[in-house]
Amino acid sequence: MSRKLNLTLKVWRQAGPTAKGRFEIYKAKEIPDDASFLEMLDIVNEGLIAEGHEPIEFPHDCREGICGTCGVMINGRAHGQEKGTATCQLHMRKFNDGDTIEIEPWRAAAFPVIRDLVVDRSPLDKIVEVGGYISAPTGTAPDANEMPIPKEVADSAMDAAACIGCAACVAACPNSAAQLFTSAKLWHLNSLPQGQAERFRRTEAMVETMEEFFGSCTNHGECSEACPKEISQDFIAYMNRDYIKSKVVNRRLAGQR
Amino acid sequence: MVLESKVPNGSIADKWDNHKFDIKLVNPANKRKFKILVVGSGLAGASAAATLGELGYNVEVFTFHDTPRRAHSIAAQGGINAAKNYRNDGDSIYRLFYDTVKGGDYRSREANVYRLAQVSVDIIDQMAAQGVPFAREYGGLLDNRSFGGAQVSRTFYARGQTGQQLLLGAYQQMMRQVHLGKVKVHTRTEMLDVVVKDGRAAGIVCRDLVTGDITSHSGHAVVLATGGYGNVFYLSTNAMASNVTAAWRAHRKGAFFANPCYTQIHPTCIPASDEFQSKLTLMSESLRNDGRIWVPKGHDDGRKASDIPEGERYYYLEQKYPSFGNLVPRDVASRNAKTVVDQGLGVGPLKNGVFLDFSDAIGRDGKDKIEERYGNLFQMYERITGEDPYSVPMRIYPATHYTMGGVWVDYNLMTTIPGCFATGEANFSDHGANRLGASALMQGLADGYFVLPYTIGDYLAPMLGDDPVSVDDPAFIQTEADAQGQIQRFLSTGGTRSPEHFHRELGKLVWDYIGMEREKNGLEKAISEISALREEFWADVRVLGNNESLNSSLEKAGRVADFFELGELMARDALDRRESCGGHFRTEHQTPEGEAQRDDENFSHVSAWEWKGPNTPQVKNVEELAFEEVELTQRSYK
Repeated sequence: MSRKLNLTLKVWRQAGPTAKGRFEIYKAKEIPDDASFLEMLDIVNEGLIAEGHEPIEFPHDCREGICGTCGVMINGRAHGQEKGTATCQLHMRKFNDGDTIEIEPWRAAAFPVIRDLVVDRSPLDKIVEVGGYISAPTGTAPDANEMPIPKEVADSAMDAAACIGCAACVAACPNSAAQLFTSAKLWHLNSLPQGQAERFRRTEAMVETMEEFFGSCTNHGECSEACPKEISQDFIAYMNRDYIKSKVVNRRLAGQR
Repeated sequence: MVLESKVPNGSIADKWDNHKFDIKLVNPANKRKFKILVVGSGLAGASAAATLGELGYNVEVFTFHDTPRRAHSIAAQGGINAAKNYRNDGDSIYRLFYDTVKGGDYRSREANVYRLAQVSVDIIDQMAAQGVPFAREYGGLLDNRSFGGAQVSRTFYARGQTGQQLLLGAYQQMMRQVHLGKVKVHTRTEMLDVVVKDGRAAGIVCRDLVTGDITSHSGHAVVLATGGYGNVFYLSTNAMASNVTAAWRAHRKGAFFANPCYTQIHPTCIPASDEFQSKLTLMSESLRNDGRIWVPKGHDDGRKASDIPEGERYYYLEQKYPSFGNLVPRDVASRNAKTVVDQGLGVGPLKNGVFLDFSDAIGRDGKDKIEERYGNLFQMYERITGEDPYSVPMRIYPATHYTMGGVWVDYNLMTTIPGCFATGEANFSDHGANRLGASALMQGLADGYFVLPYTIGDYLAPMLGDDPVSVDDPAFIQTEADAQGQIQRFLSTGGTRSPEHFHRELGKLVWDYIGMEREKNGLEKAISEISALREEFWADVRVLGNNESLNSSLEKAGRVADFFELGELMARDALDRRESCGGHFRTEHQTPEGEAQRDDENFSHVSAWEWKGPNTPQVKNVEELAFEEVELTQRSYK
């Protein structure tokens, strides 16, 4: 049967992007351990509203680990301690009665706080915008079976494409680097035959846009560790290889030697 | 008002081609003179925005999410249907059309469904060209599976994340147009109203969710691709923010709302565990291929499942439907689960579920095989419930999943407000009274890629040279003031109960009276109780904070206000439809075997409801459905 937990929460509250933030202490009482982490916050918020306090703003939407909206630092770890688990899929039975839980927003210079635990992750869209696609306007496609793709290739592309864009990788990285996010998209598209025509243009554009916003990768590996979809760090190596190649290939394509 | 469906003439197979030839075109050089506003960035919205941008139109996209890639299409698991006949198993456009009309219990518009089946094949080509990593066979060709009781394998999939991969494909295609300057995306921007000027859609009024600014946007046409209204039930498989506001606001401005009582309850979801439950999680329907559904025969059987001997188990689907067994369609499986739980035979701590038991399949095929097939689902189940489905049976119960009803549209996908279009789940047209599995993704992309981009030209062509209405026009100013007024009202009510509280209470009423089974007295009660609760809501809602910063309670209050009005209309529609069909089951109208009993003589029509002002019941308009191709029969799964 389900237990009830009494917890102490240390939650980052910040009224707006330019306001000064601080930790607030809340008691979370009688939390059923069947509740998800976000439902625990719902319960705390209902209590706050009843007492006339503004509720904690936190990012969430699908609550089944696929939309990538949610994500907070839980005791210093992106999405908490459970491996391969987004915040929305973390359940309170993983905590003990009497625990103190520290909850903070994603920490990265590229992600300014909007309010409380909600941050602005729009730089990730900028990376996609400059090349994270295969140019195939509607109506131009040949029959889907005209281009056989070996199963292993499709599976590997899918491993990379599983990224949900939550940005836990950035939050977990000591350098706030977005290499795992960018390389996952690049490997998804660069590994497929359809993606070859734009491969090096895409790589150069996405990597350089990434570097405008984010730090550099120094191979800590925290990104893969925090990733709710357990995306492999290997993709970063593939990206680096393609990026170096792109510097030569793109010059040649431009008619230079 | 006479509803003109604008279905073209000709044989069913020629209608769409004839229509494409007959409708007016906008010359390529003139497309840049038009601005189109697309609300929503899911499959239907992103694919439309990308395609319209490619054609040369200026497009602005509005989403309340922080990025367009979060739209709830992303959560679809199973797959997408297409009449490719790659399996050589007898599939065809006609068969997909036929299955969809029959599956919808003969309450959809034939011509729309045929067109959907026609363009389904192009969708797969388009998405594969864009790099969607569909499942493949070792030979490199696309893999298929059968789904939702279909007798052919026509479902394409990308692991258990087909919706995610298709949405990311459409999102990426749209972002390319953003880069090229043809599409502008407004994130964290919620549409609050449609602006109508001289009987036409002139634009929309939005709220910036970060700053609270109310802004007007004007265009030559407005496309609502804003999804379904399943969250009127509070607990559903929809995402938390999914809502009816955009569609409902259009309804209040003149768009008829069709068949709101057609809601789909999906049979295999994880049961609610407590009052705090915020949403329900779907477990893919494919589990019914190997799991056996049962409940204990005895009431209040407190024993563990493994301690209940075979003779004391009630395999109710296998017994009642020997030929389809556990694979009966969604509506039948759901209703039977409700029946046994209502009889007090439910399992789990709250007695609100039935067992889905894999022990026979594990014994037969081995644990490895089952893990290979369903590993990710079993893991998800374990995370949520803390129980290991390899050793104890899963507990499942039906949950609201999809809404077939929606904004009424004609064959061009235009609503009854000229210039305002509705696509994807937001419209009503293709699924009748029940949607087949793997057809939602198909419809969203069909509308966005291959239908709307053509049909919108027919509306725009005569407007060449006209500037969009100025945002300084009194129509915009008044709509902004109305939106502002509602926000101020919420912030100044100073009541005692949160919008979340009211939403939960509303959801209970909708589930109890307009859920899997409806009957006259219950529906009448629903109308009066929803209306009473709505009055309490307006008098006693508590929204703290201010308008000028991110305020999710304030957002929620606006959405709940619209759910109240929709809930009432659902009850009216369900009361008016004195027959059972698909997801709409009136207990008074069932066959002796307890199946849905249609009344084709009196109800073979679309009920399209017309707004008549606040606190005034909507008026019903009727679009008769003509079935020229498919013969109406009683569905049977015995």
